[in-house]
Amino acid sequence: MKCRKCGATAAINMRQHKLALCGEHYLEWLPDQCQRFIEKYQMFTRTDKLLVAVSGGKDSLGLWDILHRLGYQADGLYIGLGIEQGYSNESLRCAEAFAQAHGLKLVTVEIEATYGATVPELAEISHRGQGRPCSVCGLNKRYIMNRVAHDGDYTVLATGHNLDDEAAVLFQNTTQWLSEYLVRQSPVLPASRPGLARKVKPLCRIYEREMAAYALLRGIEYIYDECPHAIGSTTIYYKEILNKMEEDRPGAKLQFYLNFLQAKDNGLFALQAAEIELHPCNRCGQPTSAPNDCSFCRLWDKVRQVKGAQLPVTPLPPDLVQIQL
Amino acid sequence: MSKPLIKLKYRDKEFEVPAGMTARDAIKKVGLQPETILAVVEGKLVTDDTILQVGMQVKLIAVISGGAR
Repeated sequence: MKCRKCGATAAINMRQHKLALCGEHYLEWLPDQCQRFIEKYQMFTRTDKLLVAVSGGKDSLGLWDILHRLGYQADGLYIGLGIEQGYSNESLRCAEAFAQAHGLKLVTVEIEATYGATVPELAEISHRGQGRPCSVCGLNKRYIMNRVAHDGDYTVLATGHNLDDEAAVLFQNTTQWLSEYLVRQSPVLPASRPGLARKVKPLCRIYEREMAAYALLRGIEYIYDECPHAIGSTTIYYKEILNKMEEDRPGAKLQFYLNFLQAKDNGLFALQAAEIELHPCNRCGQPTSAPNDCSFCRLWDKVRQVKGAQLPVTPLPPDLVQIQL
Repeated sequence: MSKPLIKLKYRDKEFEVPAGMTARDAIKKVGLQPETILAVVEGKLVTDDTILQVGMQVKLIAVISGGAR
């Protein structure tokens, strides 16, 4: 198969776009596509100060690389979760290596050192998530990302969610008709309240396969192994179903997601779009819909009760983050 | 006479398929989904219509990641 632009041997064929490209032209094409979506969904401009949530995986490191190449001011945020089997150590190593190689600033927050327990410990103590730590992991990551963005005066928080991530969540929420989640799924979540960071997903129309190809062709060293807790997760289950559809009908995943965005724009979920009432958490001040304390503070209260005075926990110190580089 | 076999490396596994297949057919033959795999031959990313020939070093790269993010 030949590159459509230069006729050289192609490195990737994107059946959904009927487009094959060589490595050189693919590495030009993908950032151009991202730039197009950043503008189309009015995600941010070159005057914004961006914080990119970096896990050490192909999507987040690829996103950071693309934003850097496009000329945006983007620092990285790595959250150390304390995942076993060397997963967290290796993911931090990849994030740090990327930051050093490109002269970029990486902010790190180690959950255990900052708050007193790892994510697997949190899951065990809190009994949240039906035996999996993914639920408490998500809660902690969302909280810390928002907190660091706010405290560091970042105007935008960017995450590496790709098209496959978005389509899988959409599929899951649609099969259960979770309209309150469907109405909130979007390439951009505006900073609608004081204390809430503007969240954007510049890769929301980029296939996971395309991001893996980008990382390989750019020589980005990323953590290849799956998070040990994600194996057998519902997200992967829905991704597999969607990929079976994609195999028979190239573009099925993209159409599913784009038609959803169009339906939303046309008012399909207008009745569910009522504003959720938020107020500052009594303890930490972050916006919450809970009546008194936010779910993050309540979760950590449980942990403190179980682990007692041995915990080196202080209430959200101002020096929450350790700046590297 | 049966066709010579070529080896495909995938994570910590190794598969053998007959030479002369496309990468896409080989990925399907070993029970993987072509949409979730990239083929790397001699260290270079290739399209899945590439014919796999004897002597090629073929590595299959999984692209899926998951869990709550």
